[in-house]
Amino acid sequence: MTVRTIGGICLLSLLLLLAPLRALAEGEQEVYSQAAELLMSRGFDEKGQAIQLLADNNHPQTQLILTLLMDSRLYYNKEDDRLYQIDDYDSGKPAISITTGDRLVIEKKRDFKKITLNNQLRSQVRQIQAELGLKASDLSRRLAAVRAMLGSMDSDTLSLVRKAYAGEQSAAVREVMQVAIAIGELPRADEARARDAIDTLGGSLEPDARNALSQFASATDSKALKAAAEKALAEIEQRTNLYGGIETLYFGLSLGSVLVLAGIGLAITFGVMGVINMAHGELIMLGAYTTYVIQQLMPNHIGLSLIVAIPCAFLVSALVGIAIERGVIRFLYGRPLETLLATFGISLVLQQAVRTIFSPLNRSVETPEWMSGLIEINPVLSLTTSRLYIILFCLMVFFALLLVLKRTSLGLQVRAVSQNRAMARAMGVRSEWVDALTFGLGSGVAGVAGVALSQLTNVGPNLGQAYIIDSFMVVVFGGVGNLWGTLVAGLSLGVANKVLEPWAGAVLAKILVLVFIILFIQKRPRGLFPQRGRAAEG
Amino acid sequence: MFLWRIMKDDRGGQILLVLLAAAIVLVPILNGLPSDSALHLPTYTVTLIGKYLTLALLAVAVDLVWGYLGILTLGHGAFFALGGYAMGMYLMRQIGDRGVYGNPELPDFMVFLNWQELPWFWQGFDQFWFAAIMVMLAPGILAFVFGALAFRSRVSGVYLSIITQALTFALMLAFYRNEMGFGGNNGLTDFKDLLGFNLQSDSTRIGLFIASALALAFSYLLCRYLMQSRLGRVCVAVRDAESRARFMGYRVENVKLWVFTISAMIAGVAGALYVPQVGIINPNEFSPLNSIEVVVWVAVGGRATLYGAVVGALVINYAKSYFTAELPDIWLFALGGLFVLVTLLLPRGITGLLRPKEAV
Amino acid sequence: MSLQSTMAEVLDRDHVFSFMAPQSAANLNVDKSVLLYLEGISVSFDGFKAINDLNLYINDGELRCIIGPNGAGKTTMMDIITGKTRPDSGAAWFGQTINLLEMDEPAIAQAGIGRKFQKPTVFEFLTVFENLELAMAGDRAVLQILGARISGEQRDRLDEVLELIGLKQLPQMRAGSLSHGQKQWLEIGMLLMQQPRLLLVDEPVAGMTHQEMDRTAELLTSLAGMHSVVVVEHDMDFVRSLAGKDRTVTVLHQGSVLAEGRMEQVQNNRKVVEVYLGE
Repeated sequence: MTVRTIGGICLLSLLLLLAPLRALAEGEQEVYSQAAELLMSRGFDEKGQAIQLLADNNHPQTQLILTLLMDSRLYYNKEDDRLYQIDDYDSGKPAISITTGDRLVIEKKRDFKKITLNNQLRSQVRQIQAELGLKASDLSRRLAAVRAMLGSMDSDTLSLVRKAYAGEQSAAVREVMQVAIAIGELPRADEARARDAIDTLGGSLEPDARNALSQFASATDSKALKAAAEKALAEIEQRTNLYGGIETLYFGLSLGSVLVLAGIGLAITFGVMGVINMAHGELIMLGAYTTYVIQQLMPNHIGLSLIVAIPCAFLVSALVGIAIERGVIRFLYGRPLETLLATFGISLVLQQAVRTIFSPLNRSVETPEWMSGLIEINPVLSLTTSRLYIILFCLMVFFALLLVLKRTSLGLQVRAVSQNRAMARAMGVRSEWVDALTFGLGSGVAGVAGVALSQLTNVGPNLGQAYIIDSFMVVVFGGVGNLWGTLVAGLSLGVANKVLEPWAGAVLAKILVLVFIILFIQKRPRGLFPQRGRAAEG
Repeated sequence: MFLWRIMKDDRGGQILLVLLAAAIVLVPILNGLPSDSALHLPTYTVTLIGKYLTLALLAVAVDLVWGYLGILTLGHGAFFALGGYAMGMYLMRQIGDRGVYGNPELPDFMVFLNWQELPWFWQGFDQFWFAAIMVMLAPGILAFVFGALAFRSRVSGVYLSIITQALTFALMLAFYRNEMGFGGNNGLTDFKDLLGFNLQSDSTRIGLFIASALALAFSYLLCRYLMQSRLGRVCVAVRDAESRARFMGYRVENVKLWVFTISAMIAGVAGALYVPQVGIINPNEFSPLNSIEVVVWVAVGGRATLYGAVVGALVINYAKSYFTAELPDIWLFALGGLFVLVTLLLPRGITGLLRPKEAV
Repeated sequence: MSLQSTMAEVLDRDHVFSFMAPQSAANLNVDKSVLLYLEGISVSFDGFKAINDLNLYINDGELRCIIGPNGAGKTTMMDIITGKTRPDSGAAWFGQTINLLEMDEPAIAQAGIGRKFQKPTVFEFLTVFENLELAMAGDRAVLQILGARISGEQRDRLDEVLELIGLKQLPQMRAGSLSHGQKQWLEIGMLLMQQPRLLLVDEPVAGMTHQEMDRTAELLTSLAGMHSVVVVEHDMDFVRSLAGKDRTVTVLHQGSVLAEGRMEQVQNNRKVVEVYLGE
């Protein structure tokens, strides 16, 4: 800061102090017009004064004006001497008044003139922005301001942060401020202070902390400090890797949840009933289309429509599933290969039906607001909310199913029929009825999976095909007739896929996982958690 | 004498072979007639029938393992496509410097990807004899390795079906990758000539038709020979009561492995003949839908008859050509409905309607 | 040849049918006159001990009846001998030299152990003749069966067996069209074609009439001597008629041998009575 600007500030502050009774709005108006005038002058010093004037008065438009200045989007009109925001400097494009928000159309380009900055002013603006940020009442803004300063710590900002640190109440902000102070101090401090700074930085995951450390390590003369810095760097590296691992795991779990959702309905129809349903993927697709239709019916309640879609999709898919069972599959019990072919035919019909009704193009289903966004755990790890919802949803569906199968009389009958059809029938279980309901249950769950999938991918006629092989792999890998096996298999396959992805690429990772399962089935045909015993020998 | 021994109980097969022989003689003659003649057979139709014959050959290969051995393979399209790729690689090398980039050594797509030299697995494909061997060897080896693993660990039934499907799915994903060196998405195309004969010329197309018909006839005889022998009866025994055959001392896994491998090689030959007639091979041939469609051809024609597979393949593919041209929306409904109807109502296929009911 | 003359032949203790000469592995060694050793065998399914420290010895040429209540482990024992199930512990030897636990089902079958299942399993789609043909002893390698033709000698053997099992008139009949009893006989015929050294017969008379039962008993006793025969059976009358006075009967209970001895000894054994009749 030059002496003259400081002088200017003093003068202006004095003026302001002298007129304390003036109404706030009026005062703001005054400050603004003064600042605007100064900004429109040619000299950089005047511009500096203007900036400072705005900042000192905490004018509500300071933030906007400073941002526009930094981005070179602030112009003034030579005709009316007012400030405008212009995003695209060309005739015919709009210019927005800063004060009123009115829109003008640029008729002649030369009517408007850009307000330019020099480097000195830029750093001043940056500093003021930071300062304003540090004083902001909103916690997240303060946090963001400190973060933004991390990359450009010098003695000025250092003292600023120090000052703010003393008055700061929030522990989270104080923590980042400590990092900022350490970054600022590190190049200038004596050995003892430097060690403290290195310790602080070593405990932080901010990328700037890491940069500061590595810069320091290559610049410092002290061997001991260099070693300390390198050690801290290694620690950071290690923790970054750890969090990277956690992120991969998270991605893997969310992919795995999708696989489990897609596969678990199949685990019921295939595992419990021994029926291969190749139309399973299409039942998922029907669920996704149900979501789409419901969203079309209530376009103003995106979030609600998603919740309504869950039971609807369950019903739609379950009814189609029961129709398939009653119409085709029941004639083919004991002929698994024929069942496979017939249900494949059904899958073709369903696909074409959807194509005819909804057109072959993909439909996109909107994601409600509460499902989009990020949860930031720390600077290197942030989790997408939608994935979190998928994981939770998957677990909910899983445990609900488990409950149905373990605790209800339908579940008991289903298990009885799956273990010994003839005996169950002899005990009075109506196996036909149980078959239809089981199939409906499995199909309904597929529909519910479709609701979840509609949030992840576009909804199209080929949606089901993409998941059918995966679903089978999950069920077979987990061990047929074992819901827990399906859960473990789905999640572990998802994680394996994501772990392989960074070094193999997405497609190759998928191929590798497929090949692994092919080999695995050959080694252990009954999956991870096989049913043992005489009944299983068949 | 030998022919008579293996064909004497196979009325359908006899008719088929006679028809094939007639086609080999008649088609070149009809094609040679002046184009205004009512009996003139356009070259386009000849190639279309030739294509159907290669698909029929694929169906015979599938019938061998599904009809007689009870292995429902949902991945035979993979062997077909591998044979096709082997032929496609030869045809690619034949283009030489006539490609868009004029590189005498590298196919166009490699030049496009900035590859400097031919990958090792493309070596030798400039020789027809080498390509011809690979047409059978590549699918054969894949089937052998896959079968050795699967049959030895006694994967069977729907599990086997699903992993055959996974196999072809994995291959499809792999072949879609440019890095694999098989032309990625676009596959191999723009072929010019085969053994020096221009692929566009009528005579080459007639030649390919005859080759397809001969291949079908010979493969039919081979399959018939295999299934007429005691090996064939062991196959049926394995199909109907696998563990009983095992307790009788038969190495079920070896029987399955050999028949599966032979079938894969026949599928490879079918693919190799298919590619020059359609002029392109791309990863889509690996798609699981293709493989499962073949199974339906066999089911429609009638399992475990061999000639039924041929009939099914010809009928459905003709229907497919017709529907996709005239009523494209109806085709998948029709095909899907066919899957259901045949399994529910016609377990013996359409040829089963003509055969006397077996005393079962 | 009528059925009766066949039976007469069967009843003649000294008559040796050509097809009955057993064919077994070259390295089979029965110096100690024990053909099958099962020692300390245990196997469990999900914690349930199906076989628990089972010890059983079958002499060469012996006919042994094995009885036991349901769940005593009879079928599991057969599964272990034929290689279908691997025991958790124990040893199973065929003769002195052949370790059954190292072999799979086809190898064990080729070494000379034949098995008849509880439920008759024949190849339903093949004819009676073809069923027997496939069972015929011979090389089982793929290439061999591809080129295999039936020699005159083999044809005679096939005819003899066809006659013995009473299906002489129906060689071209689909096996699937046979009656239940005919299927049982066809399966016995297939066992005979296989010429095993050891026959394991699981409930051979289930679903048979008394007359058929007697025929089966006669056939099985006639086989003993040349072959070792192990019969698992529920039907006490049938076991009594098979075991006669001097053959050994083994009682299995809860996966191990409860009693062993002649029929009357076993019948009077207190433990056996308890197991069968309760306290």
